[in-house]
Amino acid sequence: MDLSSINPALLIASLMVSATPILLAALGELVVEKTGVLNLGVEGMMITGAICGFAIGVNTGSPVLGFMFAAMSGALLSLAFGILTQYLLSNQVATGLGLTLVGLGLSSLIGKPYEGIKSPTLQKMELPILSDIPIVGPMLFSHDPMVYFSVALVAATWAVLKYTRAGLILRAVGESHDAAHALGYKVVRIRILAILFGGACAGLAGAYISLVRVPQWTEGMTAGAGWIALAIVVFASWKPWRVLIGAYLFGGVTVLQLNLQAAGAKVPIEVLSMSPYLITIAVLVIISARGNHGAPAALGKIFHASQ
Amino acid sequence: MSDPLLRLSGLTKAYPGVVANSDVSFDIHAGEVHALLGENGAGKSTLVKMIYGLVKPDTGRMTLNSAPFAPSAPSAARLSGVAMVFQHFSLFDALNVAENIALGMENAPKQRDLAAKIKEVSNQYGLPLDPYMRVGDLSAGERQRVEIIRCLLQNPKLLIMDEPTSVLTPQEVEILFKTLRQLKAEGTAILYISHKLEEIRSLCDTATILRLGQKVATCTPADTSAKELAEMMVGETLHVPERATGAFGDVILDVKDLSLRAPTEFGTALKNVTFKVRAREILGIGGVAGNGQDELLGALSGEVSSNNTVSLRGSDISKLGPQQRRALGVLAAPEERLGHAAVPDMSLSENALLSAAVRKDMMRFGFVNWGKAKLYAEHVINEFDVRTPGAGNAARSLSGGNLQKFVIGREVLQYPDVLIVNQPTWGVDASAAAAIRQSLMDLAEKGAALVVISQDLDELMEISDHFAALNEGRLSSIRPVQGLNVEEIGLMMGGVHDSMEGAA
Repeated sequence: MDLSSINPALLIASLMVSATPILLAALGELVVEKTGVLNLGVEGMMITGAICGFAIGVNTGSPVLGFMFAAMSGALLSLAFGILTQYLLSNQVATGLGLTLVGLGLSSLIGKPYEGIKSPTLQKMELPILSDIPIVGPMLFSHDPMVYFSVALVAATWAVLKYTRAGLILRAVGESHDAAHALGYKVVRIRILAILFGGACAGLAGAYISLVRVPQWTEGMTAGAGWIALAIVVFASWKPWRVLIGAYLFGGVTVLQLNLQAAGAKVPIEVLSMSPYLITIAVLVIISARGNHGAPAALGKIFHASQ
Repeated sequence: MSDPLLRLSGLTKAYPGVVANSDVSFDIHAGEVHALLGENGAGKSTLVKMIYGLVKPDTGRMTLNSAPFAPSAPSAARLSGVAMVFQHFSLFDALNVAENIALGMENAPKQRDLAAKIKEVSNQYGLPLDPYMRVGDLSAGERQRVEIIRCLLQNPKLLIMDEPTSVLTPQEVEILFKTLRQLKAEGTAILYISHKLEEIRSLCDTATILRLGQKVATCTPADTSAKELAEMMVGETLHVPERATGAFGDVILDVKDLSLRAPTEFGTALKNVTFKVRAREILGIGGVAGNGQDELLGALSGEVSSNNTVSLRGSDISKLGPQQRRALGVLAAPEERLGHAAVPDMSLSENALLSAAVRKDMMRFGFVNWGKAKLYAEHVINEFDVRTPGAGNAARSLSGGNLQKFVIGREVLQYPDVLIVNQPTWGVDASAAAAIRQSLMDLAEKGAALVVISQDLDELMEISDHFAALNEGRLSSIRPVQGLNVEEIGLMMGGVHDSMEGAA
């Protein structure tokens, strides 16, 4: 095995790229769950975003338009979930699972003509001055805009939840929808908005895979990333910065094991392939085992403003 | 008299199938404590929700300070100076005091300024609070303080209070009344909803009584007896539970040195609980919620087993489960109606079966005899006047009072030797409560031993022979109810019974 072939700077740079879709999807789901809604359709919204973003990107030649359309398509799909669960009071778990199945089917239908095509991709955005720093520059400050956007979104989500009145109301709705309703807050409207945000984030996450990371379309290319995002939200105890840690950890181990495979490590490939999942779960279990889980108290409960 | 602060004229609100309020009119003046009385379902909460902007009236109008008042949402009501303290459902456990208060305010200031303001106002009104405590860690009395302070920070002209004392100890009630009198002196009007007639008589200047959605009377509570008030609410002569007090029989239930660890993080450990109940005796156990009531009921009903502590007529039953205890004649009705005493989504027949299968012989070779279960459910419905279309209806569809009657009736009609009930009349209106108490007394009269756990002291004084209080999982000394006064009870509930015993 030749470990010297693994370049740490390159490793970290590629782990950020590899973690970005999971980070975006998990962050969206975190906001949704903070309002007390459990949307298990992340995988379906991601893959729909992936194909819609890819199709628009290929046809217009503009990845930016692709991302915008992917966010809209994810939001649109999540709106179906929102109407079913918030207005028609359907079961959130079943509806979310259904959403995943719809998304997978829809995406392979739309995606048939696009197989084997290469899409235009985002240009790297070298941050002035910062990207000139040796080692750290190429590692952290020489990425495409979506990587910076995702980290900025973590900071923004954290600040909004912690310091603003909107964030306080959002958390309150997730803690007790009855109390929030009694105080005059529009529970259903707030939840719909959060669901739309979650859908848009998942759509962006999917498009990042098909437009930047791979960049081409294959059926089922999200390969369970949506489920990992859901797990990361839980193990991160619904805290934005912990979601970032979880996503980067998963991304990091994924990249590392690929590098190890390439370097010819004397470990069965199967073990290497499953290691990102195992290590992410192990670390997050250790973090969350220290108590203070912080699950929103009304998570998954159906709200109806009767009485 | 000057112009009223709030005038309601001809308010009517109908829901499909039921008229919640029909042509209700009355005035509230500044500096007045106005009681709103009525049974469950009389339309009190709908009326209050209209004033607070949660519900829009179908017809009728309101004026506030002679200007038309039609709040479209609670925020509009709050901006006009109307604030409300809810009975439940309006605090967020996971958030701290300051965050909870900010959520109920329009234009809440920054956290730090708000925290300082909370400290200042809470001390000014004798209700000290730490703004950074998590609400989930507060006691019932402190939680109510949070709600009151939330209202007071907005300098309300009208404060609505929905059943504020149902969770408080007598001492906490005194503190609350002091605050309310201070507010009244400052010119705040208070609309006070309560079932507790004696409280209303001591606190309120005027009372409006609702029955079936209509105003039936306005009176001065101080000049009206509690019995008269109750009869106006119910619309008929109220039957006060009575019983002939005979001699007690042999000891039936004997609990010795019952100590149990707290079942959950938020539970209470039981510490050396010891008591005996004889045939024809009712032991009343008081205490503020969360002092071990649920745990004691669990240990007696068989949900939690213990070691050599509970015996029935001298034989140890502390290892037996609920079904085995039921077979021996030990029945229990827990406090939480939906989810503990009854399965919400199951029909009344099914719920009847769950508790009465053994004693009412509803199983044969492992098969359920649904005919018998349905007959028994119907028997309970008839005997206890449970208002429901039939035994096939889900438990969830019944109102709280009706389901409570069913849950108690289901146990009483199995004629147990020992019956343990927790909060038998919680949230039940006056006439139904009287009927439930009467049935408990009748059961004791037939020779059963009863343990009644309740937070309603008037209830315990009315029906029990002996009284004890739970405090942090310890049972106070057991005293005869005859000759016990409120101060003594308050001290027993506060856990200072030992020093009192020494003094006696």
